[in-house]
Amino acid sequence: MANTLIEIQNISKSYRRDSMQIPVLRDISLTVPDGEFLGLMGPSGSGKTTLLNLIAGIDKPNKGKIVVGGMDVASLNETALAKWRARHVGFIFQFYNLIPVLTAYENVELPLLLTKLSKDQRKKHVETALQVVGLADRMQHYPKQLSGGQEQRVAIARAIATDPTLLVADEPTGDLDKQSAEEILTLLERLNKEFKKTIVMVTHDPRAAEKAHTVRHLDKGELQ
Amino acid sequence: MKIIKLLFKNSFRHKLRTTLTILGIAIAVTAFGFLRTVVTAWYAGVEASSPNRLITRNSVSFIFPLPYAYKERIERIPGVETVAYMNWFQGVYIDKSQFFARMAVDMEASLKAYPEFIVPPEQKEILLRERNACVVGADLAVQYGFEIGDVIPIEGDIYPGEWEFVVRAIYQPRDKTVDGTQMWFHWEYLDERMKQDMPGRAGDVGWYVIRISNPADAARISEAVDEQFKNSRAETKTETEAAFQQGFIAGTGLIIQLLNFLSFIIIGIIMLVLGNTMIMSARERTKEYAVLKTLGFSGGRLISLIAGESLIISVLGAAAGLLLTLPLVEMFSLFVPKSWFPIFYVEPVTYVLAGTSAVLVGIAAALFPIQRAVKTSIVDGLRFVG
Ligand SMILES: Nc1ncnc2c1ncn2[C@@H]1O[C@H](COP(=O)(O)OP(=O)(O)OP(=O)(O)O)[C@@H](O)[C@H]1O
Ligand SMILES: [Mg+2]
Repeated sequence: MANTLIEIQNISKSYRRDSMQIPVLRDISLTVPDGEFLGLMGPSGSGKTTLLNLIAGIDKPNKGKIVVGGMDVASLNETALAKWRARHVGFIFQFYNLIPVLTAYENVELPLLLTKLSKDQRKKHVETALQVVGLADRMQHYPKQLSGGQEQRVAIARAIATDPTLLVADEPTGDLDKQSAEEILTLLERLNKEFKKTIVMVTHDPRAAEKAHTVRHLDKGELQ
Repeated sequence: MKIIKLLFKNSFRHKLRTTLTILGIAIAVTAFGFLRTVVTAWYAGVEASSPNRLITRNSVSFIFPLPYAYKERIERIPGVETVAYMNWFQGVYIDKSQFFARMAVDMEASLKAYPEFIVPPEQKEILLRERNACVVGADLAVQYGFEIGDVIPIEGDIYPGEWEFVVRAIYQPRDKTVDGTQMWFHWEYLDERMKQDMPGRAGDVGWYVIRISNPADAARISEAVDEQFKNSRAETKTETEAAFQQGFIAGTGLIIQLLNFLSFIIIGIIMLVLGNTMIMSARERTKEYAVLKTLGFSGGRLISLIAGESLIISVLGAAAGLLLTLPLVEMFSLFVPKSWFPIFYVEPVTYVLAGTSAVLVGIAAALFPIQRAVKTSIVDGLRFVG
């Protein structure tokens, strides 16, 4: 049995809308071992993105504890959390979220600017990451010169450039055609198998869920 | 790539909008620079005034004369170096629209009192010798094409009659702050005619210019002079040249204040133009800033990104504006006779003011977008739609 990477204990999360508290996650506990490829499914509004954000350290629970790689994430302050994310988490969004004025190369280099790496070392990282996603020949292209699938591959390269332990993906194939979706899923599978990345992926797509080792379902803020 | 590259790319993401903003700032800065230059021109007399000079005039009004015999008595006051007298002659040259200062002066003493009017020694010698000789400023000489030996015919008004003066010297203003458009001739020449034609006005001088050795004595000497002539036929009022000049432009003070005020309104406009652009672009990039934060970018980096963008635009605008100011001022001084605004140039302080304002406005315009970008949580930023 592999080590535990993510340990979630009894977390709850609600959002305030005007004067009302809207509960989104209720008393969720979850353990994710290192090297896992976890799929999170569930109806719209069930709290999948919210849970993912909590795991990735871009949001904090109202109650409960989240430990990722031995770090009590919810206890960190903003600055420490930002540093932790830069070091340990790679993000893949549904709409890629590339910076449109930067080339593929520059987009992938972006998170590396926060590291102590030299220019040459950064170059190696960027090139390797783009090779892994199969876009070494598109380095100087701008996002709008790429297809959706290619953009998502650049986004994946950006997510792996710093070599994080954990990759979180929020509906990474949600905006793609069948063919491109398949390519992205194969790529994620490879990252999990070959590069030993732990992946937590939110998805609606049953074919995507098939690729995951484990699939968990969320419904109305509760884990099934 | 460096963050700075992203900064430049961000600035020119909307080329048209950024260009228009820069253009707007440039036009406003040009207007600012031009207005300041006009204001400076008005105040030039005051600024160019020497702390070493006092002006003594009739206490009733500038238009009442003083007797020329006061000269010797003023000269005896300790601390006084030179005493010169002058009359505003005016008259009409060619037609009434040709305006420049024409004065009858106590030539030798006046040249001593105004060392910033530089006259070549050989010209000065002839100038002092010939009774109908006159000296003109170099700028005036250029404007009217006056050369040594030329005769300037003037139709008298304050001092009626036909007058002719021979240009015997051309003075060079010592620097840009010195008026190079005056014309001086011998007071004696005027007085001779007065003795013949209007004896009642003979011996009158318009005002005295007193050069003192130590500016710190200005108050004491002014008092001493006025004390001398207390209870006499013509009492005097003595003040520093700066105070005198200020009184002279007091009538136009309101307009100047208005111009001054306007030039700062312009800064406000720049602020709005840039602020608007910055708010628009920061709003459009709400999601991007959230993505950057997700990647681990700190608040400080976001601040430099936004402030930097704002500064790039404001500084480019200011630079373009100042570059435009120079030719505009040059053109203006080509079309407007030199003697209207004898001292018309873009002061270095105008550049400094415009530059500083640009930086301050750049920072100020970034404040709101910065606070928005920093305050918005990542989760809200990522969920943001237009
Ligand atoms: N930042 C927020 N502020 C207020 N309410 C929020 C916020 N984020 C999520 N919610 C609410 O919490 C609930 C769960 O949202 P979440 O985005 O986690 O759902 P989801 O399962 O990812 O849904 P979808 O499949 O549509 O992406 C929704 O009702 C949503 O409106
Ligand atoms: Mg979601």
